[in-house]
Amino acid sequence: MVLRKATFAGAVAGEWIKIWTVRSTLWTMFSTVVVTVGLSSLLALAYTLSYDRLGFRARLAFDPVAYGLAGLNFGVITLGVLGVLAVSTEFSSGLMRTSLSAVPRRSRLLAAKAVVLAVIALAVGLISSFAAFFASQAIFSMRRLGVGIGDPEVLRAVTGGGLYLTLIALISLGAGAIVRHTAGAITSVLGVLFVAPIFGVFLPEDWGRTVQKFLPPAAGSAILTTRETPVTLPPWQGFGVFAGYTALVLLVAFVLFRRRDV
Amino acid sequence: MISASGLTKVYGGKTAVDHADFTVRPGVVTGFLGPNGAGKSTAMRLILGLDRATSGSVTVNGRLYRDLPAPLREVGALLEAKAWHGGRSAYNHLRFLARTNGIPNRRVREVLDIVGLHDVAAKRARGYSLGMGQRLGIAAALLGDPAILMFDEPVNGLDPEGILWIRRLMQSLAAEGRTVFVSSHLMSEMALTAGHLIVIGRGRILADTPMADFIPASHVRVRSPDLAALGRAVAAENWRARTAEEALLVYGATPADVGDLAYRHGIRIHELSPVHPSLEEAFMRLTADSVEFHGGG
Ligand SMILES: Nc1ncnc2c1ncn2[C@@H]1O[C@H](COP(=O)(O)OP(=O)(O)OP(=O)(O)O)[C@@H](O)[C@H]1O
Ligand SMILES: [Mg+2]
Repeated sequence: MVLRKATFAGAVAGEWIKIWTVRSTLWTMFSTVVVTVGLSSLLALAYTLSYDRLGFRARLAFDPVAYGLAGLNFGVITLGVLGVLAVSTEFSSGLMRTSLSAVPRRSRLLAAKAVVLAVIALAVGLISSFAAFFASQAIFSMRRLGVGIGDPEVLRAVTGGGLYLTLIALISLGAGAIVRHTAGAITSVLGVLFVAPIFGVFLPEDWGRTVQKFLPPAAGSAILTTRETPVTLPPWQGFGVFAGYTALVLLVAFVLFRRRDV
Repeated sequence: MISASGLTKVYGGKTAVDHADFTVRPGVVTGFLGPNGAGKSTAMRLILGLDRATSGSVTVNGRLYRDLPAPLREVGALLEAKAWHGGRSAYNHLRFLARTNGIPNRRVREVLDIVGLHDVAAKRARGYSLGMGQRLGIAAALLGDPAILMFDEPVNGLDPEGILWIRRLMQSLAAEGRTVFVSSHLMSEMALTAGHLIVIGRGRILADTPMADFIPASHVRVRSPDLAALGRAVAAENWRARTAEEALLVYGATPADVGDLAYRHGIRIHELSPVHPSLEEAFMRLTADSVEFHGGG
C-alpha cells in the first residue's frame, strides 16, 4: 500500500534511497571493512613477531582485544566522513532545499537521516569489528596470545566497536549539520578526535591524565578495552561519556537546523 | 491558493521582502515580476518555509507549508538555484522524493516522459546540461501532481524550443485549473505567458493586477508650437491628456481625431503620432524608483 501522507517512515525510506544512490556510500562501507581488518591484522602480526623482544611490563599491559581492534581507528575516519557527507553535500549541492520541500518538518528530516546513518554505521561497524577481531586473534593465536569471543568482556568489547563507530557517524552528522560545509565539518570532527588527544598528552600529570580520559576519542574507545588501564575510563562509563558528547552535538544540530534559513 | 499577509524578510540589515500582501489564485498563470534583487526568490523561499519570515506570514491552501500533510502533492516548486546532487541520477532523485510523500514509482516514469529526460534518467545528474537540469527541477515540481506550481525564473538556461515548451506547459497547467506562480525579471516573457501580474520592487508589491489592466492605453503624441491652445481644445473635447517633454499625450482619440481638431482651431502641428506603449515600458516606469542595481554610470 502506498501511503498518501508524508510520514516519518516515508522520510526514513526516502533517506534510505538517497544514501544508497550515491557511489560514495558503498565505497565507504567497503573500504572501512577492508582497511580496518587489514590494519588490525598488520598490527597483530607486528606485535606477534616482536613479542619475544618485549619487556615484562609491555607483556602485562597487552590487551589482545584492544590491540586487535586498533584498526577501527581507520573506521573512525571513514564513518566520520560518511556522517558529515550525509548532510553537508545537501547544503553544498542545493539538494537541501528540495529535501525540505518534500519533508518540511526539519526535525523529522534530520531524525530520518540519523536513523538511516545509524543503521548503516552499526552494520559496517559490527562487521568491521568482528572481522578485525577474528582476523587478529587468529594471528595472535600463533603465539597463544589470542582470546576467544566467549571469554569474559570480549563480546562486549567487540560489539562495542560497532557501537563506537555508530556514535562517530552520528556525531559527525551533527557536525555536518552545524558547520554545513564539508571541509569545515570534516576538519572539526577529525580535529577533535585526533588532534585534541595530542594536546591532552602535554597537560601536566594529575589532572592532565583525567582530562585525557574524558577527551572524546579516549572516552569512546574505552569500550574496546578488556584490561583496566590508567589512561582510560571503565568501558561503559567511557562509552556513556562519549554518547553524552554525541547527544550534545546532535542537540545543537537539531536546534540550529530548525532555526536557520536554508 | 497562496496568500501572503504582511510578509517580511530582513537579512541582517537588508529588507528583501517588505510587508508584502498578495494572493495567487488558481486557473491563471500569475507572473511575479520584478527587477534583479527585488525579492522574488526570497518570497518563494518564504512560501516553502525554507527561509523564516521576519514578520507576517504566508499560507498555502490556508496552511503553513510545513503543516501540509503531503507537501509535494499540494505544491510543486522549481527553485532558482540547482537543487539536486550531481552524483545521483534523475531517476533516483525523483524516486527518493516520491517515496517521502507516498507517491507511486510509476509517477516518476511519467514525469520523466513529460519533461523529456527519459533517455538520460539513469545517468548521474552532474553531466546534465543547464537545460536538462532545469527539466529535472520541473519534473520534481510535477511529481506529486500538485494543484499549485511555483517556478522561479524557469526559462533560464533553456533554448528557444525549451522556452516554448515551458510556456505551453505553464499555460496548460493553468488551464487545468491549477495555480501557477512564475517569476521573471523580463516583462516580455511575462507578456507571453501570464494572465495576472504581481509586480515587486525592493521587496514591496507595486502592482497586483490582471495583465490586461497593466497594459497602458494607446494614445496620440502631438507636438505644436502652441501647446497651450491645443491643450484647451483637447480639454474641451473631454479627452484625457497630459504633457510630456514639450508634447501632449492625448488618450481616447485617434491621430485623425486630434489632427482634425487642430485644423478646426487653426493650430499648427509639428508632430502627430500614435503611441502603443509596451508592457516593458509600463514595467520600467513602475519599477524605476525601485531598481536595486543600475547598470553603467
Ligand atoms: N540569504 C541571503 N542573505 C542576505 N541577503 C539576501 C539573501 N537572499 C537574498 N538576499 C538579498 O535580498 C534581496 C532580494 O533577493 P532575491 O534573490 O529574492 O531577488 P530576486 O528578485 O530573486 O532577484 P533576481 O531577479 O536577481 O533573481 C537582494 O538584495 C539580495 O541581495
Ligand atoms: Mg531570483
